[in-house]
Amino acid sequence: MKKQEYIEYVESRAKKSPVLKNCCFAFLFGGSICILGQIFIDLYTMWGMEEKTAGTTASITLIFLASLLTGLGVFDNIAKIAGAGTLVPITGFSNAVTSQAIDAKSEGYVLGVGAKIFSIAGPVIVYAILSGTVYGVIYYAITAIWG
Amino acid sequence: MDVFLKYLIVFAVGGILCAIAQIIIDKTKLSPARILVIYVCSGVVLSGLGIYSHIVSFANAGATVPLLGFGHLVAQGVKEAVDTTGLLGVLTGGLRATAGGISAALIFGFLASLVFSSKPKR
Repeated sequence: MKKQEYIEYVESRAKKSPVLKNCCFAFLFGGSICILGQIFIDLYTMWGMEEKTAGTTASITLIFLASLLTGLGVFDNIAKIAGAGTLVPITGFSNAVTSQAIDAKSEGYVLGVGAKIFSIAGPVIVYAILSGTVYGVIYYAITAIWG
Repeated sequence: MDVFLKYLIVFAVGGILCAIAQIIIDKTKLSPARILVIYVCSGVVLSGLGIYSHIVSFANAGATVPLLGFGHLVAQGVKEAVDTTGLLGVLTGGLRATAGGISAALIFGFLASLVFSSKPKR
């Protein structure tokens, strides 16, 4: 079988992913996670936290919950239905870190967990900082010229 | 009523941002890691253009909880640090603003690896 034929064969056998249905689930789960985040923010603000601190603490709460559910093996089951609905919120970042760490356990704690914990978080952090730096240089130049 | 409307907007905006990612995944077969990177970088760009702060003040957690908000946090951190410390802020602002989330994810991830073992995949 040639490569092209093989690809066509695989695609014909692969389950058609119903885009609309996936989209609806992503929308519902993603929206719900954001609501949960807002509930935490409002709670923490009510308890007297500053707006910014409340936001960070709410993110950390979601990160903790996602990490715990990943460890318990529940997160993957939800993610199968929710798709991007659990991936795109900060929960997806936390799930990526935790699942990689747990999977790498058998390879030891330094080069296993310590290294693999970054295998998805690493690229995210690198490109966030890279684009942030580009923006910072542009912003600095603009304020230096017009500021 | 006001609270209901606020939560409805949070739900709708957060949901739409996730649905867009789902369409990208279904149409392009990009891996989740690439989606995360694209979203974070888009967040920095939208924030740098001054667009994302408007979305955040409109949608609150609907805009900050998705990873675009992570990028927004980086850009805002860099901007504030440049305002206060000049050029050095370009390097210090981004990580400082996101330190809480990144450290939390790493620590909870590590603790989870101590407590849990990977489940056999079916």
